[in-house]
Amino acid sequence: MRRVITGNQAVAYGVILSRVDVISAYPITPQTTIVEELSELIGSGRLNTRFLKVESEHSAMAALIGASTGGVRCFTATSSQGLAYMHEMLHWASGARLPIVLVNVNRALAPPWNIWSDQSDSLSQRDTGWIQLYCENNQEVLDTILQAYRIAEAVRLPVMVVLDAYVLSHTSEPVEIPTMEEADSFLPPYRPEHPLHTGQPEAFSMIATPEHFMEFRYKMQKAMEQVPAIAKTVDEEFRSRFGRGYGSIERYGEGEAEVLLITSGTVTSTSRIVIQRLMERGVSVAGIKVKRFRPFPSEEIYEEIRGAKKVAVIDRNLSAGVGGIFAQELRASLYSKEERPQVFGFVSGLGGRDITPELIEEAIRCTIEHHRPEEEILWLGLKR
Amino acid sequence: MRKTEIPVSENLGRGHLACAGCGAAVGMRLTLKALGEKTVMVFPASCWSIIPGFWPYSSLRIPVVHAGFVTGGSTASGVRAALDIRGDHEALVAVWAGDGGTFDIGIQALSGAAERNEDFIYICNDNEGYMNTGTQRSSATPLFAWTTTTPVTRPNENPKKDMMAIMADHHIPYAATATIAYPEDLLRKMEKAKRIRGTRFIHLLSPCPPGWRIPSERTIQVSRLAVRCRVFPLYEIENGISYTIQEQSRAVPVKEYLKLQGRFSHLTDQEIDRIQERVDDEWQHLLRKARC
Ligand SMILES: Cc1ncc(C[n+]2csc(CCOP(=O)(O)OP(=O)(O)O)c2C)c(N)n1
Ligand code: SF4
Ligand SMILES: [Mg+2]
Repeated sequence: MRRVITGNQAVAYGVILSRVDVISAYPITPQTTIVEELSELIGSGRLNTRFLKVESEHSAMAALIGASTGGVRCFTATSSQGLAYMHEMLHWASGARLPIVLVNVNRALAPPWNIWSDQSDSLSQRDTGWIQLYCENNQEVLDTILQAYRIAEAVRLPVMVVLDAYVLSHTSEPVEIPTMEEADSFLPPYRPEHPLHTGQPEAFSMIATPEHFMEFRYKMQKAMEQVPAIAKTVDEEFRSRFGRGYGSIERYGEGEAEVLLITSGTVTSTSRIVIQRLMERGVSVAGIKVKRFRPFPSEEIYEEIRGAKKVAVIDRNLSAGVGGIFAQELRASLYSKEERPQVFGFVSGLGGRDITPELIEEAIRCTIEHHRPEEEILWLGLKR
Repeated sequence: MRKTEIPVSENLGRGHLACAGCGAAVGMRLTLKALGEKTVMVFPASCWSIIPGFWPYSSLRIPVVHAGFVTGGSTASGVRAALDIRGDHEALVAVWAGDGGTFDIGIQALSGAAERNEDFIYICNDNEGYMNTGTQRSSATPLFAWTTTTPVTRPNENPKKDMMAIMADHHIPYAATATIAYPEDLLRKMEKAKRIRGTRFIHLLSPCPPGWRIPSERTIQVSRLAVRCRVFPLYEIENGISYTIQEQSRAVPVKEYLKLQGRFSHLTDQEIDRIQERVDDEWQHLLRKARC
């Protein structure tokens, strides 16, 4: 079935098709229409799901930690302040190795209050042990949720699916919605390895001394290291069933480009057009969309950029004191490599300011014209 | 003398790590006798994050879910939801939280759960302070008590928060106070709570020898005096309105209770009088609620 739906509706369809057992959420703009849509669907009896309308995001995640420990499939959605408020429980979910899926609609963190798109919320949770997948369009949002449960349940780590505020969350696009049967054949019911059972006196998330703690973390890292291969298999299976796949990264544009532009989220869609136009004018440029941020697809990116002289990264986020977070991760991943292109780190579009085709072209031109970046952070579209 | 009937089953095994004379260990032992094996217990951070034992050993013979300090009410809501979805309506979900985890940091999650009337028993194991972190003051710490953050030069300035009244105002089906010196009363209340559906709240007073500065052999005596001095009356509240008080005998002066405990050894006679006045006022207040 093809329908014209918003990004947030695509989330709701993804959740329904994943046959989620427990939802627990708290409202925050621009996530709200997700929980409204899900409440409608549950209210109308089309969903056999428990929706816990908790009193905060901290409780939303804690409730899912309880439910997931109880052995059922769980979902929540939030944004910005709500995600930050969950922080303690994000660590708990991954430490307890629970395959929870969370949708974060990227929104700036206050102050100043701002409800528009900015990835600083999800990226500042990068060390919480969650897999992070960024989406470019509403179809990808729906598809990624189905894939997220497969990956999460295979490696027993939680997954954060991320989409841009408004540009996706509240913008309607045609989306192919799989049938329940198709979704079921791709995503089997959740079978937890250690479900909670009375009569089986096990202790979950108990205290571990220095003698044992480190091995818990080692196993978590090993699980993260399995993600690239498992995500690839899941994506390939998805492609064979539905004809759509995304990879951990996607390269587009000229084959042997001198300059490569790295983006994530919806900035990629604008970049595709800019790069197409520049190529038509003979500029040697190509683009890379980064879908998976955690674990960072270092090898996949390296394979694409090793021949290039220069790489431009546009970050719609800021780690104050460092710069854009994608650029930072990329630089770190390149350090031990033989071929290290110059990394131009652009910061743009914070708090929902538009990243226009003109700005993207400016970033590419700046990268072409300079041998190396003149500053650690290249501010794009800043009013000085 | 009347013969007591306490179940012989033991779901707290040997080798737990509680201090000698820990009131909460006795409280847990009794509680589990009443709740039985088909119980899942959620433990937000407290002394009880440590007491059952370190990985890979646990002295509890029931499944246990350790949880963030704030999350007794919320984690238990999720566990309940999962068990319900799996069709296990027989399993009982219980929370065992400290006074800090209940009166202070966890009150929001508990209030949310109680307002939704989540189906679990929430036991607040009240030792009147943050004991796991070394006896800091909580809002359950009594007036003028010493703690490590309320030194004798500046003892606790605020009276204890009335958590039972707060829970009653959520109109939950059942709330009751209990303490270990009255095991039959404790067991009866746990068993009664077990038969009810919805949010049930048990306020369990558990003396803590190191935190209260009492010798370990005085735990039961202090627990009993707390009731007899009416510092901690035993009562039940049904549906937030119907009060039943268990002991109405003539009260022992509160001084008898205070003088056994090092945490009150700095008190002046005037301070003791003020505590006595408060205890009397609160008792009258409780009687008024029970009468109407
Ligand atoms: C968010 C958070 N803040 C602080 C702590 C530290 N902490 C752990 S247990 C505890 C004291 C618990 O006191 P209470 O709930 O009264 O239980 P008790 O140890 O007295 O049984 C504190 C402060 C924590 N684990 N989490
Ligand atoms: S500090 Fe107090 S409550 Fe904690 S284990 Fe020791 S006696 Fe029990
Ligand atoms: Mg305490």
